[in-house]
Amino acid sequence: MATRLFAAPSPHIHGGETTRRIMLDVILALMPALAVSAYVMGWRVLFITAVAVAGCVVFEYLISRFLLKRGSTIGDLSAIVTGLLLAFNLPVGIPWWIVLIGALIAIGVGKMTFGGLGCNPFNPALTGRIFLLIAYPVQMTDWTTHAPDALSGSTMLAEVKGSTYDAAGNIVLGNMNLTNVNFMDMFSGYMNGSMGEIAALALILGGLYLLWRRVISWHIPVAVLGTMAIFAVCVALSIGGGELCYQLPLFHILAGGALLGAIFMATDYSTSPMTHKGMLIYGVGIGLITMIIRLWGAYPEGMSFAIFIMNAATPLINKYCRPKRFGTGQTAKK
Amino acid sequence: MNTLVFTVLTLSVLGVLLAVILYFVAQKFKVEEDPRIDEVEKMLPGANCGGCGFAGCRAMSEALVTRDNISSLFCPVAGGEVMKSIAGYLGKAAAEKSPMVATMRCGGTCEKRPKVNHYDGALSCAVVNTFYVGESACAFGCIGYGDCVHACKFGALHINEETGLVEVDPDKCTACGACVKACPKGLFELRKKWPKNRAIYVACRSKNRGSVVMKACKAGCIGCGKCAKVCPFGAITVDNYLAYIDPEKCKLCRKCVNECPTGAIHIVNMERLALEPKAAPAAPKTETVAEPKTAKTE
Amino acid sequence: MRTFPIGGIHPHDNKEWSKDKAIEVLELPDEAKIAMIQHIGAPSTPVVQKGDKVLTGQLIGQAVGFVSANIHSPISGTVTAVDAYPNGQGQRRMMVVIKREGDEWVDTIDRTPEHKRECTLTPQEIVAKIKDAGIVGLGGAQFPTHVKLSIPDGQKAEVVIINGVECEPYLTSDYRTMLERTEMMLTGVEIVMRAVGVKRAVIGVENNKPDAIAHIREVIKRDNYVGIEVMPLKMRYPQGGEKQLIAAVTGRQVAPPPALPISVGAVVCNVSTAVAIYEAVQKNKPLIERVVTVTGKHLKTTHNYLARFGTPVSRLFELAGIPEGDVKLLNGGPMMGRAVVDITAPLIKGCSGLTVLSGKEAARGKELQCIKCGKCVEACPMGLEPYILSKLAKLQKWDMAEEHNTVDCIECGCCSYTCPSYLPLLDYIRIGKQTVMTNIRARAAANNNKK
Repeated sequence: MATRLFAAPSPHIHGGETTRRIMLDVILALMPALAVSAYVMGWRVLFITAVAVAGCVVFEYLISRFLLKRGSTIGDLSAIVTGLLLAFNLPVGIPWWIVLIGALIAIGVGKMTFGGLGCNPFNPALTGRIFLLIAYPVQMTDWTTHAPDALSGSTMLAEVKGSTYDAAGNIVLGNMNLTNVNFMDMFSGYMNGSMGEIAALALILGGLYLLWRRVISWHIPVAVLGTMAIFAVCVALSIGGGELCYQLPLFHILAGGALLGAIFMATDYSTSPMTHKGMLIYGVGIGLITMIIRLWGAYPEGMSFAIFIMNAATPLINKYCRPKRFGTGQTAKK
Repeated sequence: MNTLVFTVLTLSVLGVLLAVILYFVAQKFKVEEDPRIDEVEKMLPGANCGGCGFAGCRAMSEALVTRDNISSLFCPVAGGEVMKSIAGYLGKAAAEKSPMVATMRCGGTCEKRPKVNHYDGALSCAVVNTFYVGESACAFGCIGYGDCVHACKFGALHINEETGLVEVDPDKCTACGACVKACPKGLFELRKKWPKNRAIYVACRSKNRGSVVMKACKAGCIGCGKCAKVCPFGAITVDNYLAYIDPEKCKLCRKCVNECPTGAIHIVNMERLALEPKAAPAAPKTETVAEPKTAKTE
Repeated sequence: MRTFPIGGIHPHDNKEWSKDKAIEVLELPDEAKIAMIQHIGAPSTPVVQKGDKVLTGQLIGQAVGFVSANIHSPISGTVTAVDAYPNGQGQRRMMVVIKREGDEWVDTIDRTPEHKRECTLTPQEIVAKIKDAGIVGLGGAQFPTHVKLSIPDGQKAEVVIINGVECEPYLTSDYRTMLERTEMMLTGVEIVMRAVGVKRAVIGVENNKPDAIAHIREVIKRDNYVGIEVMPLKMRYPQGGEKQLIAAVTGRQVAPPPALPISVGAVVCNVSTAVAIYEAVQKNKPLIERVVTVTGKHLKTTHNYLARFGTPVSRLFELAGIPEGDVKLLNGGPMMGRAVVDITAPLIKGCSGLTVLSGKEAARGKELQCIKCGKCVEACPMGLEPYILSKLAKLQKWDMAEEHNTVDCIECGCCSYTCPSYLPLLDYIRIGKQTVMTNIRARAAANNNKK
């Protein structure tokens, strides 16, 4: 073997962390939630997920090869992550062709238009989801098909939405009283909702795995969930307090897409701020907007919109939350 | 019916109102500018290459209009003719400049200048130059990662995969000088453009001694000075073991080409002189850059 | 345990390959090439000519100006050439070539093995001796030591910090020096304290070298070195960076350039430099040799050599046995070392080790798109945004790069190390830094001219 002498500027070693490895970690972290979901909702979960993932991968391949005329980028596995997250945001009964349209929007409009991974200003999976929510509102909120038998046909957030407060301060719900909500069910996944958002415990496990692998830092999830919890406590206090003070925050964190959004969607690298301080501001923003939409907006769930709005604010946050320059304790000018 | 009338009315009134507002605003904030600047800018090529030393064609036309003496201003892209017509339009004296072309002065092809290491960093000549001499043993030669190609706004440069060297397309080159600034080794020179794109130049920048040059590259100038001795016009000077042909003095007689022992003197779009009476006339060359074979005359 | 405040990475230290190899004295080279620029500042002027006889330790290169360093002959023999020869990066530099004949030393040099601790010289005399001996920072920066020890008027040193961190992976020369040349080092530290007039010195050592920490503490106690303490530091790269080390030891941050360490009252000096200072001041011995690690995962043997400058690096690689296939030879460690492409180049003062990376380790990974993960921002010990700086340099937006403080960069390489897309961040930042520094200097010169 001939000796080849290499030359390059320093540094000459690398930490070994790769984009592909990071994406693989995210995929692994999503697996428990997928498993729980499939267990609770049935095999169709896997079918829809497979359609979404395959759609995203194929669309990315076609676009990068034939429209952008450059090498395929599917090897970095980011299309699989987008596909999984898109599927997790859909109800299980959705027709498969709508999923494909969602994948096309997610990859085509949300990601490749801007130049691919790292260049997209908005989370691609959310772009797809929001498009579908507006274009196919009926199919996107149909929770009855393939739902767990014992549950009625709407999500808990939707039920709480129509509720009022009685004179004593208790929430009077349509069909349900908050004091009767079984938090253990919510925790383990026995509730209505999109495929990926129901399994709170599994999502938390995935989040812990990502934290352990240092794929994400704690700042965004804690800021989002913390803000939501504090907001909920304030609301609970304003309407009387009591047991609501712990029921309402717990309910809001476990219901809907709060965990999925806070741990997996909001922490998307290219659409979230760079510095820890920026991450905290971004997370608080998401938490606030989510709660405002949930409590006073037209939609029962506000996580997607909140993340989307804060994605738009990310460049601004990056501009004003520079890291502290060594030796000054100050951030850079401008 | 009513709806239609109201719609048309509202829109018309709005339109008129806005037009009036716009008119007054435009009057109020009007910038007085010499109209000739626009005209001159139209006459310039509009490439915004910065070859004139200004930020762009607009800045250049401003300078042309406002300055009294424009003899120091020259747009290398447009050339002498256009400058003359601009000067005529402005009623000023134009700079006299003969057309120029960028010339890359390294002849160290992959074959003549073997690679001794494998570069593995960022693909940029400037990066290579920050820490070492490059993949060959010559510290002066073309690095070959194309900083000049990226800098050229006219697509006049490309890297020849076979030789690993940058080549200039003289028809596309506008002599804006971007490549001269981009090359960290200073290999480019804007040289006189002879008719039919003919050219002659020393394709080497190595200021090393002959023995050192020979070790690194078989096509380099070793500073032997034979070319300078044979030149009837005194166009060739040898400094720091490196010959240089002054294009202003050179008459393209090509005597030096046959003298050069390493073939470092390149001629373009010309035939070599027949060696000595005995030798057969050289075969016509089809390449744009003639690679003279090593002619050992000693 | 203390460490520096922001950024940093944890590369595998890979010290096990050579850390148990005791210092060996390397045979003298038959021919030595001594570069006239082995320091930051002006190149020295050769004061010998072809044909001159020189002795070991004789001055052959005279410092030019204040920021410059003397250069001495590492061997005795005849000067055969004073000419330009390639350095490790193939750049031709002025060098003096000496053919060896025996090993005769200049007679003022005390070559007895006794340890001499007593020092009664004044600070000025000490600095003058260090200047004469041509001592430069041996940690790699090669900054002339006499400049560092000349405290500017109006400023006062409060603490001497001795850099025994050796945060570069693979290298063990400082580690072996701390273990085997402890007394020389500690006396050197005492001399530095005397030279800058302080009563306290801290030797910073990373906690991956517990035996060095224990050994130095033991010697300090046994021989009663007053005012010198050892501070274990949490292992983290680039702790050996001057500003990082000061921050780790004192908790104070040196302001951005052009502020110097003395502005926070610190004088920093490498452990090997301390040994060189001891030899220069107590033994009249100029800087002609140093401890060099030769290491790598696939070498036949690894070594810690006490080698004379001017020894061709090819000899050191030869003794270690370079593996076949793809290799990358480094002057220094893998984080900040420079790739060597010409092995005829001589050993220089700043070379603390030669590292050989081979096989897959030698090549870089394939460059992908930036995914904006922010890992470079998190890793940067200077609080910069490498992904922006790199992009700005690539686009040649020098003014914006300056606004983003690109001159603060210490070129530690943490950004490129962490990048999951294998972007050559530092490659471009370095161009940006160099260009911006040139621009700043040009502006300063223009301002001076106006005045």
